[in-house]
Amino acid sequence: MSLVATAAPGELRVPRSGPWNQRLLAGPKLGGPEPLADHVRRLGGGITDWTGRAGAHQLVERVRRSGLRGRGGGGFPTADKLSAVRRHGPRSVVVVNGSETEPAAGKDDLLLRFRPHLVLDGLLVATRILGAQQAFLVAHSAPAMAAVEAALRERLDVSIPVEVVRGPANFVGGEESALIRWLEGGRAVPRYQPPRVVDRGWRGLPTLVQNVETLAHLGLVVRLGPEWFRGAGVADEPGTMLVTLSGAVEAPGVYEVPIGTPLPEVLYVAGAQPGAVALLVGGYFGSWLRAPEVQGLALSRSSLRPAGATPGAGVLHLLPQGTCGLRESGRILAWLAAQGARQCGPCAFGLPAMASALNEVASTGSEAALDQLERWGDQIEGRGACRHPDGAVNLARSAASAFPDELRRHRSGACSGHRQSALPLPPGPDQR
Amino acid sequence: MSGRYLHVDPTICVGHRLCAEMLPELITLDDFGYPMISPDPVPRHLARLTRRTVGTCPALALILDGNPSRRARRDQLRPGASPG
Repeated sequence: MSLVATAAPGELRVPRSGPWNQRLLAGPKLGGPEPLADHVRRLGGGITDWTGRAGAHQLVERVRRSGLRGRGGGGFPTADKLSAVRRHGPRSVVVVNGSETEPAAGKDDLLLRFRPHLVLDGLLVATRILGAQQAFLVAHSAPAMAAVEAALRERLDVSIPVEVVRGPANFVGGEESALIRWLEGGRAVPRYQPPRVVDRGWRGLPTLVQNVETLAHLGLVVRLGPEWFRGAGVADEPGTMLVTLSGAVEAPGVYEVPIGTPLPEVLYVAGAQPGAVALLVGGYFGSWLRAPEVQGLALSRSSLRPAGATPGAGVLHLLPQGTCGLRESGRILAWLAAQGARQCGPCAFGLPAMASALNEVASTGSEAALDQLERWGDQIEGRGACRHPDGAVNLARSAASAFPDELRRHRSGACSGHRQSALPLPPGPDQR
Repeated sequence: MSGRYLHVDPTICVGHRLCAEMLPELITLDDFGYPMISPDPVPRHLARLTRRTVGTCPALALILDGNPSRRARRDQLRPGASPG
């Protein structure tokens, strides 16, 4: 079984330009961190210049009118999250989540390395709205940390302490409550909620955990206004989103795409290779779309919902010709099972069992294993402290239904996979 | 006790299984020996027994409060979905 040429992790972090209007990736060629002087020349001065006399409430309303939703995967309305923290008063904490533990994602790391001031703008807006006195910025890589630290030294308008922290390496470590434990010096594993992080987060204080890309958009919303923001995307999901595209494409990397762009257009721009089997949408918690299915779908929650998918954090992987979707899914599910925090029984025992069943399906097409997969999926879903089991169950269900032809082939002892895909899977669980 | 919901903190539960013995009306075990709890509000006639079961859990993992569970909310969103 040969390995398709690809995706060294660095390759996922290559900025790519498309035919679309660029916002986060606009400006000079992305070669290194944009210096503050260039950022200001391009977009204007400090936060007080753009917020004017607007109070916190007015700023939240501006965000609400923009329709901005979180870009970390959950898609929660940003204004609602801000309000939820703000109602507790000013003793709150802001955490910029750039942990990006999803192996096939590179967009947050790219933003921090090349456009750190966009993210810091958003951080300033959030702390101003909340009156927060403490902030953390969690970065995935050493270059991202260096870029952010340098950018912070350039800024005179950041008056509260911002601690830059290297994120946890384990997959579930990027979940809000896990990240807070990590920042408190503990192991990056999720905790049972309630209390929610917005009510009781870092050291018991109300905490806003916001994805890196979300904050970059937030800064621009406050600078340029909600109407400007709604000038891209679709009415119920405005704006652009960063997409990390890998697999059977000529130009893998990070693209900035208006929400609602047809998926075939995105794949065409990236140079999709002929004969691709299926598209994984939404990363390793995501769903498979077969090649014909992709034709009618767009990159938005509302377009993907009927197909049982969601854009998540914008991770797309095009499965190349000659690979088997069942086997690839089995590999991912086994990895996800190993990435659990070993805290919750249904996840710790259920996911490995499901991974075995899926691998059984992938080798023999067994009906019994398919039935087990369905039964265990129904039993496990919604019963972990976090969404890790739910995401894994989603992938398993999607795998079981997306490849009927492959399933038939496996039942007669054949398989169309003669090579392994390039889905990046780092070695075993690492809790650091 | 209308509007009270039973939950388990899955990070604390280690699968002693006493709860499913005491309160099979609301708690069944999954194939791995962990409790699956009815997403419905606790019925009045089971209120006392439910409180006793909460107090009997050796891990103190059972919680009784006024919030429907995430699983219950999911089931509301997906009518016809099996409660487990």
